[in-house]
Amino acid sequence: MPATYANPRYAPAPIPAAEERRQVVVGGAGLVGLTLALDLAQQGVQVVVLDDDDTVSFGSRAICFAKRTLEIYGRLGLGARFLEKGITWKTGRVFHRDREAYAFDLLPEEGHEYPAFVNLQQYYAEEWLVEACRAAGVELRWKHRIGAVTPRADGATLAVEAPDGSYVLHADWLLACDGARSFIRDSMGLPFTGQVFRDRFLIADVVIKGDVGFPTERWFWFDPPFHPGQSVLLHKQPDDVWRIDFQLGWDADPEEEKRPERVIPRVRAMLGEQVPFELEWVSVYTFRCRRLERFRHGRVIFAGDAAHQVSPFGARGGNAGVQDADNFAWKLAFVLQGRAPEALLDSYDAERIPATDENILNSTRSTEFITPKGEAARAYRDAVLELAARHAFARPVVNSGRLSRPSTYTGSVLNGPEGWAGGALPGTPAPDAPVLREGAPDWLLRHLGGAFSLLVFGPPEPSLPGALPRGVRAVFVDDAGTPGALWDHAGLARARFAAPAGGAVLIRPDQHVAARFATPDPAAIAAAHDRALAGASMEIAR
Amino acid sequence: MTLDTRPRLADPDALFALLVEAHRGLDAEASRRLDARLVLVLANHIGDMDTLRQAIALAREAG
Repeated sequence: MPATYANPRYAPAPIPAAEERRQVVVGGAGLVGLTLALDLAQQGVQVVVLDDDDTVSFGSRAICFAKRTLEIYGRLGLGARFLEKGITWKTGRVFHRDREAYAFDLLPEEGHEYPAFVNLQQYYAEEWLVEACRAAGVELRWKHRIGAVTPRADGATLAVEAPDGSYVLHADWLLACDGARSFIRDSMGLPFTGQVFRDRFLIADVVIKGDVGFPTERWFWFDPPFHPGQSVLLHKQPDDVWRIDFQLGWDADPEEEKRPERVIPRVRAMLGEQVPFELEWVSVYTFRCRRLERFRHGRVIFAGDAAHQVSPFGARGGNAGVQDADNFAWKLAFVLQGRAPEALLDSYDAERIPATDENILNSTRSTEFITPKGEAARAYRDAVLELAARHAFARPVVNSGRLSRPSTYTGSVLNGPEGWAGGALPGTPAPDAPVLREGAPDWLLRHLGGAFSLLVFGPPEPSLPGALPRGVRAVFVDDAGTPGALWDHAGLARARFAAPAGGAVLIRPDQHVAARFATPDPAAIAAAHDRALAGASMEIAR
Repeated sequence: MTLDTRPRLADPDALFALLVEAHRGLDAEASRRLDARLVLVLANHIGDMDTLRQAIALAREAG
């Protein structure tokens, strides 16, 4: 049915001649599996990806890519494509019945390369990831389905079924990115528990040519005249596609509601009789909020929907999965390259489980507001909306989805000293800022990540780079445009870190702040670097 | 902040009359919504989650 996009079909891979042993196998070539594979490959790790299909996502699916996710794709070399093709937005507007109740701005300040959100059909992101994976040497095996998993102390043995036959693949590390209905998770018998929400929603992606009269904002209606008693969410996507998400209630018949004869009148009631449109993609869904107890099970590691699931309100599914990949890839690369002990991998659970719980909490609270269960919950929900139209105090209580924010690993065992008060603390993703490089406009984050870096707020100090631990890059940022330094011409880089003159920030390969130092003392930096690698030097000395 | 449960109203009969008057002519659903709005207004005025938790616990126990 989609008229604006034709799924590419990738040739199925031949099967290997004999049993194989591979270092890293990713199960599932979806958004998260491909991101993880690309990140690992760019850090020099050989990766095989298995997928039971031969194409990218069918249907638009996850469409809201948050700023942090865009920064991750910037680090992986795909950021410009998202900006070019995607629909940039930052304003959310909430309506109750026929009037506006509340509006919010998700990025009220200037000076960031990436916006609060870009809307883009998931299939484009996956298609670009496939291209980038191929260029980075990732081995993608389409139509290779994992039929059985046997976890072992030194990896996992997979029985793989492909069009040309079956084979056995030994993986030293198996990264399970096979989605909410993860076969790997189920075959390992791991409980995936949480809350089920008794409600159904209809996604209608419609193509509307010409001016629709809606700005590129996220619009959310509670109890609108065109869909009484329920909620509706509207998002713009590229290719003149609009995502309309109608709440249907638990009693709706999912098969019946997918029929065009049912969908078209709902859309027409919303857009008006005079607006011509075509249905692009229709889906009816229910959702749950749940997670695995742990994401690392020895040599099998879960990421994305295979590890955790949330409601779609808040765009916390795909964005969380990409952040899982961002968190895990460098850690595994360092362990495989003998630069960190295996204990570093435990910090994936320590950092991503609290992040998941935060996503589940926000998602659950949004769901309880959007689909109140019981008379009292509904009365309070409506009371908030009634008050919000006229009283500022009630507006922050309106919850149409708390949109994905970057995870902050405060309290992580990998974090070192804070160095000074305020600004981006250890555990937070490094904030972006506009800088000038040799007079040309540039962005701070383009110089951070992929490896450890030491960001120094001062002119280049020639003796410093040689005094840093192996693999740590020095990045100098000053306020005078000294040659060899990035010029913080607007003062925003230093302000966002609240850094004193001469202050230094150790930044992890995933662009998160590891530690800060009021003065860059090489011994203190080495100790923090060691800590950020879960005691690397101690392990390597052993 | 500790929830203040001492008698603080100068004219308790007037408060009761005020509440009854506010609900006059409303059906059950409209009354429920009025109470919900009222709770939200007062909760914002108190502005302290700890005090509100104590108040909710006290109200639940008394029922």
